[in-house]
Amino acid sequence: MIPLSWFLALSAALFVLGVAAFFVKRDLITMFLAVEVMLNAANLAFLTFAKKQGLLAGQVIVFFIITVAAAEAAVGLAIILLVFRQRKSIKTDEVDLMKG
Amino acid sequence: MTELYWLIPLIPGLSFFILLVFGPKLPKAWVSLQACLAVLASLVLSLVSFLGLLNTPPAGLPLVKTLFQWISVGRFSAALSFHFDPLTAVMTLVVTGVGFLIHVYSVGYMARDRGYSRYFALLNLFTFAMLLLVMASNMVLLFVGWEGVGLCSYLLIGFWYEKPAAAAAGQKAFIVNRIGDAGFLLGILFLFLFVGGTEFRAIDQAALQGGLSQGAATLICLLLFIGACGKSAQIPLYIWLPDAMEGPTPVSALIHAATMVTAGVYMVSRLNLLYSLSPAALQVVALVGAVTAVYAATMALVQNDIKRILAYSTISQIGFMFIGCGVGAYAAGMFHLTTHAFFKSLLFLAAGSVLHALSGEQDIRKMGGLRKHLPLTYATFLIGALAIAGVPFLSGFFSKDAILSRAYAGGHPVLWAAGLLAAVMTAFYMFRLVLLAFHGQERLEPEAKKHLHESPPVMTIPLVILAVFSIGAGYLGLPVVLGKNLDRFFRFLEPVIRPGQEGPLSSGLEWSLILASVAAAAAGIAAALVFYGRQPRIPGRLVHRFPGLYKLLLNKYYMDEIYGAVIVNPLLRGSEAVYDHFDLKVIDGAVNGAGRLAGWVGRFLNSLQSGRLKDYALGLLAGLIIILGALLL
Repeated sequence: MIPLSWFLALSAALFVLGVAAFFVKRDLITMFLAVEVMLNAANLAFLTFAKKQGLLAGQVIVFFIITVAAAEAAVGLAIILLVFRQRKSIKTDEVDLMKG
Repeated sequence: MTELYWLIPLIPGLSFFILLVFGPKLPKAWVSLQACLAVLASLVLSLVSFLGLLNTPPAGLPLVKTLFQWISVGRFSAALSFHFDPLTAVMTLVVTGVGFLIHVYSVGYMARDRGYSRYFALLNLFTFAMLLLVMASNMVLLFVGWEGVGLCSYLLIGFWYEKPAAAAAGQKAFIVNRIGDAGFLLGILFLFLFVGGTEFRAIDQAALQGGLSQGAATLICLLLFIGACGKSAQIPLYIWLPDAMEGPTPVSALIHAATMVTAGVYMVSRLNLLYSLSPAALQVVALVGAVTAVYAATMALVQNDIKRILAYSTISQIGFMFIGCGVGAYAAGMFHLTTHAFFKSLLFLAAGSVLHALSGEQDIRKMGGLRKHLPLTYATFLIGALAIAGVPFLSGFFSKDAILSRAYAGGHPVLWAAGLLAAVMTAFYMFRLVLLAFHGQERLEPEAKKHLHESPPVMTIPLVILAVFSIGAGYLGLPVVLGKNLDRFFRFLEPVIRPGQEGPLSSGLEWSLILASVAAAAAGIAAALVFYGRQPRIPGRLVHRFPGLYKLLLNKYYMDEIYGAVIVNPLLRGSEAVYDHFDLKVIDGAVNGAGRLAGWVGRFLNSLQSGRLKDYALGLLAGLIIILGALLL
C-alpha cells in the first residue's frame, strides 16, 4: 500500500512544476499546458483526500474540474489561435497591448 | 374705466416684449408706430384714471389693485400690486406725457440709426419700468422698477456701444448707482424690520400712529436717501450723470432729465410721512440738495458741451427739488419736478435738434448764429431757457418760487439764500448757452455747415408742445398771494402730502420773496447779456484774472480724478493684489494641486499595468503566497 503522503508529494511536485513552467516559458501554448498540469495536480490532491476521508464529494469536484478544464481548453485554444492570426506570434512578451 | 389703471405700465411692457422678439424683422414704420402707440395708450389711460381720481372722495384713496401675491415667506410678503393716488397720477402723467412726445421725437432723431428697433424696445422697456416704479404699492416692487430704470439707463447710455466712451459711461452710471442701491436695499430691509411690511399704507400708518422711533425713522430715511442720491445724481454720487450724455439725446431728455433722475424726489415724497418723523434726515436731504444745487451750477458756468451744461443744470435743479422735500414742502418739490420735466426735456430735445442740424457738433464754441438757420429750435430753446431761468409767468418761475418761499417760511434762510444763488447762476449759464449757440457770429466748422437745416416736423412738433407746457404748467400751482384757489396742484396732492404746519406767509413777505426770485433771474440774465453780448472780452479777462478758479471749474473740481485716486484706484490695486496673491496662488494652487495629485497617483498605479501576462500572474502568485502564509502562520 502506497502511503497517502506520496500522492500528496506528487501532487505538490506537479503543481510547483506547473507554476515554474508558467513563469519560465514564454509561449502561450506551453503556458497553457502548465495551467493544465496545475489543474491536474489539484485533482490528484482532491482524489487523495477523498480516498482518505471516504467521501464522494472530492471525486465529484474532480469531475467538475475536468469538465471546466475541457471548456477552458476549447476557449483558450481559440483565443490563442486568434492571437496568432493577428500577430503572427504567441510570445507573451509581444502581446502587451493592455499596457496602462 | 378708472379701474383699468393697472394696465398703464403693462402696455409698454407688452410692446417691449413684442419688439424684443420680432423687432429686427419688423419694418421701421411698424416699430415706431407700435412703440409710440403703446405709450400713447398709457397716456390716455393715465388721463382717464386721473379724471376718475378727481371724482373719487379722498377717503377711498389710494386705489390699490393686487394682481397676485409675489413673495410670501414667513412674515415677509410682497405683492405685485399697483397703486393709484394723486401723487402717482402726477408721475404717470409726466412719464407717459413727456415719454410719448420723446418717442415721437425719436422717430425723427433716430431715423437713420442701425439699432432702430432695439432703441424703441429699450425706450418702451424704460417706460414700463418707470411706470412700475411710480405705481408700485410697496417698496419691493418699487425697487424692481428702480432697478429696471437703472438697467435701461445703462443700456441706453451705452446704446452706441461701439464708442468706447459710451460703453464706459454706461458702466460708470451702473456702478455708481449700485453704491446708492446698496443703501436703498438696506433701507428696505430695515423698513421691514421696524414696520413689519413694505406696503406704503402700512408705512404711513406706522408713521402716523407712532409705531416707529425717531432713531429708526432716521436710519431708514438716510439709507433710502443714499439710494436717491445715486439715482437722482446728488452729491456725492452725481458723477455719472454728466458722462451719461454719451447716449442719444432723446434718451438724455427722457431718462436723464425728465423722469428717472427724479425718481429719488418721488420716493422721498411718497414716504413723506416717514421723512417728516425724522428732522435729522430732512436736514440732510435739504443740505445735500442745497449744496448740490449750488455746486453743480458752478460747474455749468464754464462747460462748453451743450449737453453737459444741461446735465449739470439737471443735477442742480434736482438739488432744488430736494431742498423742497428737505424743508417739508414735498408738494413744492413735486411741482418743480413736473415743470422741470417739461422745460428740461424741451431743452434737451432742442439741443438734440441742434446736434441733428450740425451733424453731431456739441461744442458751443463752434456754434453761434444758429438763430437764423434754426428759427423754430431757437424759439423753443429760448422758451425753455426762460422757464428754467425763472423768468416770471413761465413755469419754472412758479415752481422755483414755491420751493424758495417755503424754505424761507420754514425758517431756513440759509437754504433760501443758497437756492437764490443757484437761481442766479442758472439764469446766467442758460443765457450764456443761448447767446453762444444761437447769437453772435457763426463759428461753424465746414463739416457741420454742410447739412445745416431745421429739423423735420416730427421733431419740431414735440418741441412746440413741450414749449407750451413749459409756459403753462406753472399755472397749475400759483402762489396763494395771487389768488385764493389757484394752487390747484398742491390741493390735488393733499390726500398724499399734507400741507405744512406753518401758516400762510404774510402777503408782504411773499411779494418780497417773489421779487427776490425775479431779481435773481434778471441778474443772471443781465450778466450773461453783458458777458456774451455787449462786452465779450469780460469772460476772457476773468479767466485771466482767476486762472486757478477757472481751471477748477472747467475740470469739474477734479472730482473724477479725486474719486479715481481715493476710491477707484485703491480698489483696483487692492483687487489686483488679491488676484495675484490669493486667487492665483491659494485658490488656483489648491485646484491645480488636486489635479496634480491625481496625476501622480495615476502615474504610480499606471506602472502596475504593464500589459504583460507574466506580471499579472506574478501578482496572483504573490497574493496566493500571502494568503497561504497568513493561513499557515
